Amino acid sequence: MQHKLLLSLSLAALLIAAPAFASPDTAPVQATVDGSAASTTAPADAPKDAAATEDNAMTKTDGDAQEMSAPEGHEAAAADDGGHHGPAIPQEEWSWEGPFGVFDRPQLQRGFQVYKQVCAACHGLSRVYFRNLSALGYNEAEIKSIAAETQVTDGPNDDGDMFERPGRPSDHFRSPFANDQAARAANGGALPPDLSLIVRARGDGTNYLHAILVGYEAAPEGFALNQNMHYNKYFPGHQIAMPQPLMEGSVTYEDGTTASIDQMSRDVTAFLTWASEPNMEKRKQVGLKVMLFMLVFAGLMYATKRKVWKDVH
Amino acid sequence: MAHGPREPFDNKIVEWVDSRLPIFTMIQKEYGVFPTPKNFNYFWNFGALAMVMLVTMIASGVILAMHYTPNAAMAFNSVERITRDVNYGWLLRYLHMNGASMFFIAVYIHIFRGMYYGSYKQPRELLWIFGIIIFLLMMATAFMGYTLPWSQMSGWGATVITSLFSAIPVVGKALVTWLWGGFSVDNPTLNRFFALHYLLPFIICAVVFLHVWALHVVGSNNPTGIDPKGPQDTLPFNPYYTIKDMFGLSIFLIVYAFLIFYAPTLLTHQDHFVPFNPMVTPAHIVPEWYFLPFYAILRSITFDFTLYLIVAGVAGGILIYNFCWRKTPCEKTKPFIPALLAVTVLFGIPAMLLAFFKDVEALKGVIAMIPLANIHLIEAKLGGVLAMFGSILLLAVLPWLDRHPVRSGRYRPWYRWTLIGFVVSAVILGYIGSQPAEQPFITIGQLATLYYFGWLLVIVPWLSHNEPVAKLPNSIHEAVLADSVKGGKK
Repeated sequence: MQHKLLLSLSLAALLIAAPAFASPDTAPVQATVDGSAASTTAPADAPKDAAATEDNAMTKTDGDAQEMSAPEGHEAAAADDGGHHGPAIPQEEWSWEGPFGVFDRPQLQRGFQVYKQVCAACHGLSRVYFRNLSALGYNEAEIKSIAAETQVTDGPNDDGDMFERPGRPSDHFRSPFANDQAARAANGGALPPDLSLIVRARGDGTNYLHAILVGYEAAPEGFALNQNMHYNKYFPGHQIAMPQPLMEGSVTYEDGTTASIDQMSRDVTAFLTWASEPNMEKRKQVGLKVMLFMLVFAGLMYATKRKVWKDVH
Repeated sequence: MAHGPREPFDNKIVEWVDSRLPIFTMIQKEYGVFPTPKNFNYFWNFGALAMVMLVTMIASGVILAMHYTPNAAMAFNSVERITRDVNYGWLLRYLHMNGASMFFIAVYIHIFRGMYYGSYKQPRELLWIFGIIIFLLMMATAFMGYTLPWSQMSGWGATVITSLFSAIPVVGKALVTWLWGGFSVDNPTLNRFFALHYLLPFIICAVVFLHVWALHVVGSNNPTGIDPKGPQDTLPFNPYYTIKDMFGLSIFLIVYAFLIFYAPTLLTHQDHFVPFNPMVTPAHIVPEWYFLPFYAILRSITFDFTLYLIVAGVAGGILIYNFCWRKTPCEKTKPFIPALLAVTVLFGIPAMLLAFFKDVEALKGVIAMIPLANIHLIEAKLGGVLAMFGSILLLAVLPWLDRHPVRSGRYRPWYRWTLIGFVVSAVILGYIGSQPAEQPFITIGQLATLYYFGWLLVIVPWLSHNEPVAKLPNSIHEAVLADSVKGGKK
């Protein structure tokens, strides 16, 4: 009857493990704007400043660059004449890769700054709410003041009028344009896509985004560049409607990091990767618990199975 | 079920219920002491695994439906809200979208198991047909679920697949409008797909019930394909197979958990994260991986069915019937065989030229000389649709295509190797389905399609009469003992 013992052990393990999955969401990370994140809960949630400088030293590895298919949607509609496959995208290393990879808070904050001061002029981020910024290490007061920088149309009020008010943490990021038509009119017919899902909406999105941002150069001799188009060595077809967004020193980082094009591109790519899936770190944390539990559980099941089947010929 | 004399239970509540509705007796009979062949290998886990996935999909799906909005303007954002803002919504969504893949993995292995060990054969034909019906219902459900996030891939996938019905002569166009509830894939389409996506899983449950019921009437097949002859050949289902299923399930769940937690979008196309825009066609419209082989078969029919092809096909079909399906040619047909052969070749050559060599520069002059080349009875599009549905429906009649007296592929080397070829052709088709419709993919896909149908319609019927019948072990028990001796085990 040993198999019954093992079976009860497994069930007990299940009961013990169950609360682990039901643990409350990690409390908001307390931090200040200068980026010294002070995580109060899960250890995996607390990258320290050291990681920030590592990003500067990251090397490019063009070796195993993959083919990616052309990005579809608005950008492509304006500019894609390059067939099915775009140029090979260099594979970079990112802090959040792998089963234990996490975001670097100071980098996310820098990336947010780049988004706010550069990208937001044309691109919305409408699926992200100001309250979500707590995941970047901002505290409540900071989030309130960030939200308040935006003017939000609300209403109607008791008089039946719409009115403008400062944003609140419960508001989402606003698109800079009233509608798609206005966006196209202001951008030579091209529609700047909303960036909340941009990393997921492109093949190999993280590397692709970084490659596009650093991929601007003068068109080679004899390349027929259409009007209002810009040459980008990584964009499928090499003609992109978006003018080069990042210039040396486009932003002045609050934490003193040198704002090179490569640095800004990495930072904003980190921020937009987070924006595409804000629950990534949580997903990996739960995943680790589930995996460990399942391995133990499978082991117990195997042992029990061996016991039960011992005497069968 | 479970009629007849009933053993009383000790527990008073259980006994009270059981004497009024013998549900505990039934469970005891069907899952407790149910005599099960003792030689199952791990392939026999996948029926139970598919069942677990069905329950998982319904449970996660019902909760997702509580948060989802089936409206063309709001669906995409509601799915994003689930992923971002609903408590553990991301987990629900990843469970559900990767669960579909795991469900199909389990079912494909389950179907392969049935084919390899001849589980579809007498007396399990009806059981097998229920299985194919479940598979078809799953495909319909998965396709409709694919449209619900209302992404580029959703909308365009729905457009491509529903448009297939326009290939049906006369009523096709009207049928598509009726399916859409309008003149394009739009809000009414999304609404009805959501309703059906919610409904079909429960119909699947009903057919699964019939599938399991039929299984429990005839009993399980086993790797030897030999019927159990007595108690020495079987084990009670519990604890032997409950625990074996639990172990198999644990391993299966580890793979599933890996997808959910470490690669949630591995099997998802990037265009699934772009909202549907009817004005912008994506460069590639590809279905989920589990549909790719059938999608490739659909696209393999690039040619109209000309007069020549039909005549050659009919004449060739009569020959195949006489020489492959029948043991010996029918007496009445015998005198016509040379004539049939001549017709097949004479019509087959222009048919092949028109179907496959139209673009070859050197042959253009010859092809231009073929008279009546423009008469075609079935257009390429309809041919593709028929081939796609045929590729699944033919599986349902496998018990009548294969009439070989031996069940298990273990004792049928010819069948076994050609079956593995069949699986390889399906895998090749899956790859071709993921590639753009250009050369050399088209030709490779056509050759794989040829083998797919050739195996079902020619090879399997021919093997029925021509594959030698091996000497089988006398019983499962004997086969197991022989294996143990060979393997050096006790």
